[in-house]
Amino acid sequence: MLPRLDVVLALALDTATATVVIGIIEISPPAESGWHTTSVQAARTVPSNNRHAETLGELIPGVLTEAGVGAPDLGAVVVGLGPGPFTGLRVGVMTAAALGDALGVPVHGVCTHDAIATMHKALAGSVPDGTMVPAEGFAVVTDARRRECYWATYDASGTRIGGPYVNRPDELPARSDWRRDGLVIGDPAFSEALGTDVLLAPPDPMGLALATSGLTDGGQPAGPLEPMYLRRPDATPPAPRKPVTPR
Amino acid sequence: MAESRSGPLVLGIETSCDETGVGIVAGHKLLADAVASSVEEHARFGGVVPEVASRAHLEAMIPTVHRACADAGITPSDVDAIAVTAGPGLTGALLVGVAAAKAYALALAKPLYGVNHLAAHVAVDTLEHGALPEPAVALLVSGGHSSLLRVDDITGSITSLGSTIDDAAGEAFDKVARILGLPFPGGPHIDRLATTGSADSIAFPRGLTGPRDAPYDFSFSGLKTAVARWVERRERDGESVPVADVAAAFQEAVVDVLTAKAVRACRETGIEHLILGGGVAANRRLRALAETRVATAGLRLRVPMPGLCTDNGAMVAALGSLLAGAGVPSSPNDLGADSTLPVTLVSVRA
Ligand SMILES: [Zn+2]
Repeated sequence: MLPRLDVVLALALDTATATVVIGIIEISPPAESGWHTTSVQAARTVPSNNRHAETLGELIPGVLTEAGVGAPDLGAVVVGLGPGPFTGLRVGVMTAAALGDALGVPVHGVCTHDAIATMHKALAGSVPDGTMVPAEGFAVVTDARRRECYWATYDASGTRIGGPYVNRPDELPARSDWRRDGLVIGDPAFSEALGTDVLLAPPDPMGLALATSGLTDGGQPAGPLEPMYLRRPDATPPAPRKPVTPR
Repeated sequence: MAESRSGPLVLGIETSCDETGVGIVAGHKLLADAVASSVEEHARFGGVVPEVASRAHLEAMIPTVHRACADAGITPSDVDAIAVTAGPGLTGALLVGVAAAKAYALALAKPLYGVNHLAAHVAVDTLEHGALPEPAVALLVSGGHSSLLRVDDITGSITSLGSTIDDAAGEAFDKVARILGLPFPGGPHIDRLATTGSADSIAFPRGLTGPRDAPYDFSFSGLKTAVARWVERRERDGESVPVADVAAAFQEAVVDVLTAKAVRACRETGIEHLILGGGVAANRRLRALAETRVATAGLRLRVPMPGLCTDNGAMVAALGSLLAGAGVPSSPNDLGADSTLPVTLVSVRA
């Protein structure tokens, strides 16, 4: 057997949904086969509405211990950039950025929907009848709160072709880029509003790692760590001051 | 001069409002104080917009950490501990700092101190004047808070004597500035204008100063309304508004109440030392009147330089260094942010 050189241990995390997702992924360089080997050393998925910061603080040492490694052993950090509700999303991105800065390792940002789509595509490989990845592609839908959803569309190869966007579910059927009768994955809570069964597909550490280009080469991040907020902050310049004296 | 006795080397992170602050402190010694402010992004909204502030914190954090470390000539791995404001403040803004601080602490295997923002405003004075006199009364005034505290032990025993029942003092400055057509934030503009106006020209009300009112609580909402009424009457009568006089008279009403109550608190508790802090403590008239009244009452005043009064990371690092030096237990890994963290909790302990 060839010695395994330059194995990269990556910490992957995502806080773009109501669930905190984190794991340690080992990426081995191509051996004779020419394929990378990517394996999960530890992973956690914890429902964590509005407690992403608290939860992450406990999960980071947890997955490191489970994987039997220390923070200095990490060679890269991968983080989901959303789209996602602002505060939770930001906690994940800030955590990843500071971990990477403290450890002196690259931090790769990846669209959370791409991570979901990539993992779905990888899992679908074992179902050869084409139902998991129809020829016309598929859509990913996650919860944007305020009765809206974030969504993006993918072709059969798992490449994003539209989005991510934020809309009310009832706005989607009128969109020319919506997969009207196609497969929709992501958050099943939107099945009723969308009038189609949404297949459960949460973000997960392996999907985050697989969707990150350059990670296997120990390369540098493809782009800046900018969260996909999609919405502007709720703020309007104040109206002219109202007199306090009655007229 | 600052006492140069060294103590635990601490990196402090502050994101409770619109300033991304990173400070580095060793004991009473200030090594770096880097601040990135998003105040200009809020100006057109007439006040701090939490989501705008939170987004700015995320963008500014790593560059500000780098700037502070470069200024101090250290790397994050050199520190003995990380400290961060855990509250009170804007939840979303606080969480950016907490997430960053926790990640640095976990990655570098350093203890983490989630600290109280108000206590940090008091602790920052050690960077200029050395060890705190204890007990002391502290008057903290800013856009977000107006509090009178009794500080028996900065690392663990602070009690609230009183606070504002409506607007914070700094908020009143912002609102009156708006009435007078001055930009946000209003404090520096009113401070500057007031120097050319007459503080005695208009008698504005002093809130909560009646014999039956709570002696150490503040109220600035009625004052703000009185200023608006006065200005509107002038405008309705077709007369020009003497902006400098209004600014001076309003400012005098605020600082008169603040200093009178602070001095009274010292007298009635038998405490000799008064410490000022918070952004409004940069106001020149407040500093001057506090000095006069404290001297008259035979008390002693400590006021940090204006740059340390406003929100910054050095104050958080200063408190963190005191906590680490005193052997106070650090915060647990599930540290969060508490927008209403009571001042009795100087730090969040495991
Ligand atoms: Zn403050």
